[in-house]
Amino acid sequence: MRDNVKGVVRQVGLPRIIIGGFFLLLLFTASGFGMDLMQIVSDIIRRWGMYGVLALAMVPAVQCGIGLNFGISMGIVGGLLGGLIVIEWKIAEMPSLVAIHPLFAMWVAILIAIVIGVVLSTGIGWLYGLLLNRVKGSEMTVTTYVGFSIIAFMNIAWTVLPFKSGELIFPNAGEGLRNTISLASSYSGVMNNTFKFSIKLPFGAIEIPTGLLLFFFLMCLLVWLFMRSKTGAAMSAAGANPMFAQASGINVNRMRLIGTTLSTVIAAVGILVYAQGFGFMQLYNGPMMMGFTSVAAVLIGGASATRAKISHVLIGTFLYQGIMALGLPVINLFIPEGNLSEVMRLIISNGIIIYALAQTGGESRD
Amino acid sequence: MDPTRYILKMENIVKEYSGNRVLKGVNLSVHPGEIHALMGENGAGKSTLMNILFGMPVIHGTGGFEGSIEVDGQKVTIDTPLKAMELGIGMVHQEFMLIPGFTVTENIKVGREISHPTLLSRLAGRSMELLDFDMMARDARKALKTIGLKVDENSLVKGMPVGYMQFIEIAREIDKTGIQLLVFDEPTAVLTESEAARLLDAMRTIASQGIAIIFITHRLDEVMEVADSMTILRDGEFVARKEIAGSSVVEIAELMIGRKVEKLVDDTLEDNRIIKEDDLAVRLRNFQVAMPGEAVKGVDLEIRKGEIFGIGGLAGQGKLGIPNGIMGLYPAEGEVQIFGETLNLKRLGEALNHRVAFVSEDRRGVGLLLEESIEQNIVFSAMQVNNKFLKKYGWFRLYDAKQAHDWSEEMVKRLDIRCTGIKQAAGRLSGGNQQKVCLARALTLGPDVLFVSEPTRGIDIGAKKLVLEYLVKLNREEGMTVIIVSSELVELRSISDRIAIISDGKLACILKPDDSDAEYGLAMSGAYKKKGGGEHA
Amino acid sequence: MTKNKITSFLFENKVVVLFVFLCIGGTIASGQSMNFVVSELLTRIARNSFLVLALIIPVLAGLGLNFGIVIGAMAAQIAIFFTTHWGFTGVGGFLLTALLSTPLAVFFGYLVGKLFNNMKGAEMIGGLVLGYFTDGLYQLFFLFILGGVIPIDNPKLMISTGVGVKNTIDLKDTIKYSLDTVPMLTIIEFGFYIAVAVMVISAVVKLAKKQEVNWKRTAVSLVGLVVVYALTFLPAVEQFLSSDRLRLLNAVELACFGTLIWQAVKFALCKARKTDWPRNRAIAACIVAVVVYALTYVPAIYNVMVYVQLPVLTYLCIAALCFFNTALMKTRLGQNMRTVGQSRVVANAAGINVDRTRIIAMIFSTVLASWGQLIFLQNVGTFSTYGAHTQVGQFAIASLVVGGASVQKATNKQAIIGVILFHTLFIVAPLAGKELFGNAMIGEYFRVFVSYGVIAMSLAMHAWKKVVKPKLEANAAAGASPAGEAAQ
Repeated sequence: MRDNVKGVVRQVGLPRIIIGGFFLLLLFTASGFGMDLMQIVSDIIRRWGMYGVLALAMVPAVQCGIGLNFGISMGIVGGLLGGLIVIEWKIAEMPSLVAIHPLFAMWVAILIAIVIGVVLSTGIGWLYGLLLNRVKGSEMTVTTYVGFSIIAFMNIAWTVLPFKSGELIFPNAGEGLRNTISLASSYSGVMNNTFKFSIKLPFGAIEIPTGLLLFFFLMCLLVWLFMRSKTGAAMSAAGANPMFAQASGINVNRMRLIGTTLSTVIAAVGILVYAQGFGFMQLYNGPMMMGFTSVAAVLIGGASATRAKISHVLIGTFLYQGIMALGLPVINLFIPEGNLSEVMRLIISNGIIIYALAQTGGESRD
Repeated sequence: MDPTRYILKMENIVKEYSGNRVLKGVNLSVHPGEIHALMGENGAGKSTLMNILFGMPVIHGTGGFEGSIEVDGQKVTIDTPLKAMELGIGMVHQEFMLIPGFTVTENIKVGREISHPTLLSRLAGRSMELLDFDMMARDARKALKTIGLKVDENSLVKGMPVGYMQFIEIAREIDKTGIQLLVFDEPTAVLTESEAARLLDAMRTIASQGIAIIFITHRLDEVMEVADSMTILRDGEFVARKEIAGSSVVEIAELMIGRKVEKLVDDTLEDNRIIKEDDLAVRLRNFQVAMPGEAVKGVDLEIRKGEIFGIGGLAGQGKLGIPNGIMGLYPAEGEVQIFGETLNLKRLGEALNHRVAFVSEDRRGVGLLLEESIEQNIVFSAMQVNNKFLKKYGWFRLYDAKQAHDWSEEMVKRLDIRCTGIKQAAGRLSGGNQQKVCLARALTLGPDVLFVSEPTRGIDIGAKKLVLEYLVKLNREEGMTVIIVSSELVELRSISDRIAIISDGKLACILKPDDSDAEYGLAMSGAYKKKGGGEHA
Repeated sequence: MTKNKITSFLFENKVVVLFVFLCIGGTIASGQSMNFVVSELLTRIARNSFLVLALIIPVLAGLGLNFGIVIGAMAAQIAIFFTTHWGFTGVGGFLLTALLSTPLAVFFGYLVGKLFNNMKGAEMIGGLVLGYFTDGLYQLFFLFILGGVIPIDNPKLMISTGVGVKNTIDLKDTIKYSLDTVPMLTIIEFGFYIAVAVMVISAVVKLAKKQEVNWKRTAVSLVGLVVVYALTFLPAVEQFLSSDRLRLLNAVELACFGTLIWQAVKFALCKARKTDWPRNRAIAACIVAVVVYALTYVPAIYNVMVYVQLPVLTYLCIAALCFFNTALMKTRLGQNMRTVGQSRVVANAAGINVDRTRIIAMIFSTVLASWGQLIFLQNVGTFSTYGAHTQVGQFAIASLVVGGASVQKATNKQAIIGVILFHTLFIVAPLAGKELFGNAMIGEYFRVFVSYGVIAMSLAMHAWKKVVKPKLEANAAAGASPAGEAAQ
């Protein structure tokens, strides 16, 4: 019996059990205090889709051997640029497109934004991958700081880039792009609102953002298919055991490059999915800690620095965002003052990363 | 030298690692001021014996050992390295335990600095004492002088020649107070010839001051030159303790190799192969490989189509470098021809594309994806190299799960891989079954030439037999050219047609399986070159 | 030959050289007066140097750039909160705060060290994440536990609901400038008492342990001390010393004369003891002293020097830490740290307790960081409860790296140079941005970018160098591990 329990604990992983338990505890508390559970569930589902693609960016990175990619800000920057250009061009407001259907115009806008983001982040990711091939063994430390640096660098860029649209730049003679850019006139909620429907239950209604979930699952499916292709398999092998891969005639550095680029590209898509759900694009230091959130999500899902699967993304993002969505109202029940959600986010996301780092034991990675 | 006094006496040492007996009643005794060679093939148990002498955690973490140790006539228990140090036993490591950024003095005195007390240290303990660099330099000078190395003790170790580092290492051991016994673990392996000669001189000087030396080496000529006596181990067994004076190289070589009367393979298979001398499968010309620890320094070799060819030699001599270099795992130079076609050694996967497959000696490091399933491990290389097990969907080629599954099931059956199913992670299998998975992967590639490196290392006798028999079967029935690289002469001699012995990165000679033990012993210990060497078979 | 030397010197110090140019360019572009830049810079040096110097020990002990000093800063802030709450003020309040923060920092440092021992090789990323993690715990403590669990009745510090601490705590009436404004006279007086006490204790300890005491030397030093102390009773000297800050001009003059006198004394001693007198060095030092003194007569420099005032005790603390770092490395413990830092394998083989040494290094660093944060806060004068610590590690590490230090090597000199360069850039960047691009934010963002970028570069360069090495080492280790043969 005890061995059985131990086996289960080992298989599922202690942190997942703790966090899963915490999630259930919050859920019970919330329902116990008569909160609108359905609304919270809707919120969780919405967040799941919004943050999922960003967490998905970890899969190719981990599998190709660069480890947890704290530097997805590299891709995020590309995605944001794509989003900005689309607003600058007012694609979502083009009469010919709007005439078909407003939602269609928005879709065109976000897809173009994604295409631009993908193109930009492919280039960035490739360079980033070249760098990471030179710092094997210390990727995580380097990615973190390279990620911070690009955000800081883009801070300068945001102030000087020649965008003209009044929606983008600071009003009354301010210089540079705004901190927070509203997407109301471009593609706010385009995925969330596509085929949106509510499941009516006797005690409330759950809102299902069908378009968002479909897009998220589509991305997962694409990555899953890629992992099953010849290149995908080669990439996983290169990450798991470089010598093994080499013995099968695989160019390990090239595989790492592909994985890094793919991760960066997915991050670019991910930030746009996030932004449309949120309704705003955050520039400047907004995306600084996005990498940490995504890393924490896949770790909670059961990934490690050397192995990450799609299921880890799905489970991890759901649990992590579930706790975030549930935590705030529940904790406010007990401690009405202040905002504990930020505190909780800091503790959970960084706690799980530290746990993962301490698990690898450091030495063994050398 | 007092022949009745022993500085070290280890008696009836028995050590098991999880049921596997690696030392079976070994004796080792050394007089004061004597240079005593400890010899044996790889896996003979030398390292384990030294680990016991130094009280290494690896011994005491695995259940300790049986037998007794006496130092200078006193029975002792050595359960920590510190204890060994206190008893005056020191070790000159094979890999240098030196800090490049420290001066010679700092390196010699590392961990044993001389310091004088301060007010703070009187209150807060010894760790706050100030170092006395003058005293330390004086000691360092003295130790360096003893072994005859002229170097400024205040200069950094960084950038010094390898030979110097070895001497500094020795100086550190000499500097320890009360040192009585020094172990040299293959000290000449990394040295040039002149450096090695100087080292042997230094060893004599040290011994002349009454310090006993245990000299672990593979090089017979060095032993003959410098040692007073020797102990030979074989397969964890004590073979003999001999005085050097009055024994010959041939005699010692025979003792080292020994032949076990053990038939590894049943000769039931019909042998109707036709092997032609000029029909070559593999041809090497001036082949060099930069594999650390197993460097190949220019080998010419011709392997005939359809034969089983053995490559033997002691560890570190470069036999492993040959297949690893051909497969492109380490930088290689020279000419490699497979069935007459020259390989481009710069291109990755070149050998694989010429239908050469390889089963690595490093199963867990190179041979397997430990966390992946048996199925993945079996089909992976063929998928990458030959595009097998892929289904085409337009421009996209996806993994063909069904085909892979069926094939893996078949391989599991054919090779008798004991597992819970083909989805089991390869890392969970026993050594023998892992080896079979590696073999299955290589065979899935459908090779014409198969390199198998250390095929039986670390697997039990039953699996050993099965693997070897399967290799013979492949050779006899499918005409596959099999090249088996192994440190176990017995297995080489039981299945190979010809055996090449590699020594010091070069080909020593090619022998027949039924050549005498002495021939093998001489070839392997490097003494062969001096006799003239040359092709035998 | 010399040309080669210069090129290689420039190449080795490329980061420093680059920043020197950046700083000079930025200062010119900013169009600010030297008075402003220099006085601002000296304030910032006083504030920040201690924190940067606290990073050196972990670097030498092989723990890399210690992002965990944030935790030391938190210890200091917890202590400050309580002493402020209890109403302690002045230099006494400051010392009590330091005393209170020390055991906290020791405890935290111990825990961090333990954790780092579990992630050898990943200490830097671990420290960074740990900083964020503890920030969460810290906020939890200040937002909810204070007032929520531990009742604290202090409307000045607490949010009106009584749970949680206010965003900023004003230290104006408590410990602001408490260290900066200690008069020199007091410092000398205390220094005298402490020196005498040390001598007495030393003699007593020696007597108790039945060791020989060098009475003659003790007597001579005692007389010397008394003479120096007596000098402070001269009205002119007393007048000069009783001010709480030291004019930069006076400091430079004192340093120049001090150098000359010191060289003279050294010359005399060498002659008396018949030991070698380092002639070239002494002459060079004298010339530098004279030239620097002469420079003070240049009007532009004179103006700056008269204008700027130095907090004496703060600078003394920084000097003391420099001395401590150097002295520690000459002790047995320091040598062990260096050994561990260079190679854990060798250290282990030499019988050094690697894990323990690393933990001690972390404790030292954390405690020093907590004191550094106290010095910082007493100078700033307002304590931003939730923000004061967040950038501590970031800026301190960036300073150290700008000074030319790397993940494996750091010296006092690099720390000080780094502080000077980094903070010059910090002062002038926004102003230069405004002058050059008409937008102060560009300069602001530029300096943030620099602080991240320079760390990223340093980490990448370190990793870059490391990549080549492990290949050989790993194989050497695999080939030679004594257990490998038998355990298979």
